[in-house]
Amino acid sequence: MDKQEKELVLTSQDFEPASEEEKAYMVKMRPQTTAFQDGMRRLRKNKVAMVSFWVIMLITLSAILIPFFWPYKYETMLGMTPGKPVDASFQNLTPFQYSTSEIARQESGEKIVPHIFGTDSSGRDYFIRVIYGTRISLIVGFFASMIVLVIGLFIGSLSGYAGGKVDMVIMRIVDIIYSLPDMLMVILLATVLKQVIGDSLEGTMLAKIGSNIISLFIVFALLYWVSMARLIRGQILSLREQEYVLAAQAAGAKGSWVIKKHLIPNCISVIVISTALQIPNAIFTESFLSFLGLGVNAPMPSLGSLASDALNGITSYPYRLVIPAIVISLIVLSLNLFGDGLRDAFDPKLNG
Amino acid sequence: MSNQKTEKEALVQIRNLKKYFPINNGFFSVQQLKAVDDISFDIFEGETLGLVGESGCGKTTAGRTILQLYKPTSGQVIYRGKEIKEKRDIEEFRRKATMVFQDPYSSLDPRMTVADIIAEPLDVQKRVKSSAERREKVLELLSQVGLNSEHASRYAHEFSGGQRQRIGIARALATEPDFIVCDEPVSALDVSIQAQIINMFEQLQEQMKLTYLFIAHDLLVVRHISDRIAVMYLGHMVELAKSDVICDHPLHPYTKALMSAIPVPDPKIARANKRIEFSGEIPSPLHTPKGCPFHTRCPYATDVCKESVPQLKEVETGRFVACHRIGEI
Repeated sequence: MDKQEKELVLTSQDFEPASEEEKAYMVKMRPQTTAFQDGMRRLRKNKVAMVSFWVIMLITLSAILIPFFWPYKYETMLGMTPGKPVDASFQNLTPFQYSTSEIARQESGEKIVPHIFGTDSSGRDYFIRVIYGTRISLIVGFFASMIVLVIGLFIGSLSGYAGGKVDMVIMRIVDIIYSLPDMLMVILLATVLKQVIGDSLEGTMLAKIGSNIISLFIVFALLYWVSMARLIRGQILSLREQEYVLAAQAAGAKGSWVIKKHLIPNCISVIVISTALQIPNAIFTESFLSFLGLGVNAPMPSLGSLASDALNGITSYPYRLVIPAIVISLIVLSLNLFGDGLRDAFDPKLNG
Repeated sequence: MSNQKTEKEALVQIRNLKKYFPINNGFFSVQQLKAVDDISFDIFEGETLGLVGESGCGKTTAGRTILQLYKPTSGQVIYRGKEIKEKRDIEEFRRKATMVFQDPYSSLDPRMTVADIIAEPLDVQKRVKSSAERREKVLELLSQVGLNSEHASRYAHEFSGGQRQRIGIARALATEPDFIVCDEPVSALDVSIQAQIINMFEQLQEQMKLTYLFIAHDLLVVRHISDRIAVMYLGHMVELAKSDVICDHPLHPYTKALMSAIPVPDPKIARANKRIEFSGEIPSPLHTPKGCPFHTRCPYATDVCKESVPQLKEVETGRFVACHRIGEI
């Protein structure tokens, strides 16, 4: 019985032409989606990438905001007041430990912000130093990859579009830079530039940033653009054979127009992705150089120099090495994962 | 169209045009790929000149070289009696001569909206002063090619092949040209869409007094749309005549073979027609044969053909053939 009830019953009405309303109901224009929206949708579905994104946002925001309201400064040595003897109880505090004077103040009813990570051997609050170090590392990572991006984009698109002899000369230069042992070059350049720039910065705005960071940027500008330039050249080489480029040329468009309007917009996803992957690379190099003592100028901390300083007291205070190391790993890992997610979302062709 | 043909005013004259591409093989050895080798012809105002030939014979290169998209190796392109040589001439010429491309997929930038694609020539040549004027122009062009205004803000990938080709045509019309090189504009489309697009080409020609150089390999399409047809073989032009004449009474042996390959819808006639076939492949343009380019496959070839290159000669009024043995075969 059940089976019979479910059977399809067709009447003559079912074969009549559809009315205008019925047709309008069927014809639904797909909402307009751009490649960007498609990519964003795919990115949002990727859980790993989204978690990494929020980790990056959390770290970045705390690195930017916390120094504004935190009661301690990265360079203040607590317990050092001019004209008074040094209060040694501030030095080498373990996490959440208070110095003798702070305990006394707490007993009189005052509220004291705890030293979450303790203090270092000079009595500086370690938490704010880690936060500040993160800030420096992120700034270096971001600006270094911007420098790499600008130089790589310019040279790569020039080389790819011009082709011929220009391309050959540029690519040979790239090959030479590639073949240099880059860590050795980075150390050499950082040492030499430190000497050269050091004096000329005196009294300028840049003095505050420190000659080491400037030389770090120069090292990046000189050495790390090559892979970006190669990547963009390859993209442009294949894109410039497209007929829409020919169409633009047929209308009389010059090289700069073609590059700006057609070639770069069409490889923007590759550019964004490799820039995102370049940031952790730069952060890592900065930490590495700071660890070797070629990074930021004291008392400015960076994650690398914090780890380096912690080596002196490694047996007594191992957490001073572990904390910056974890922060570096967290930043590098989540940026890498987020970069991978970006690549998967915006460049499905590169997947693999 | 027929009354325009009688005026016979040459809009574009091509004289001894050559385009060789250098091919690097290994160190310091450069070979010349002779894509277009010494072609000369006139394109009259208001006509459609069909350019046919098999794949790789240099049709597309010829079209692009005429538009100065490739720098000619030698030879001249003369537009309205003025040779195009200096950079200024090329810029001037580009305002009047445009191109419709073969592949409706790769010829439209996927990152641009239809409005931006169509208005690109206007932007490049700084023809429009305000965005309102630009928009008005775009809408006018869209309606000219049978698209409507809501398509303007969409991206090219949202359209079908036929619609995309219409967008490509609208872009070619944007600068109000009088000469358009159509590089196999319908070969990527299916047959019913081909008919629509070809009819549109004809309509636009009447409305805007356009002159076409119509490159194709579909002989039926070319015969339908062209006033005259030029046949190319291995970078050379072998025959040029009115389209009915060349289709019904071809003179050059290569053209004869080509025309016998046109499919006929009536099976009785088709069976009666003998298909002329040649042995061998088309020689590589890297190693062009000495003498007549066709002598390696020509059943009528003699010693003369192996030695000297036949020139394009006018055998009747308006009928050009490049063959040594034209009177004999």
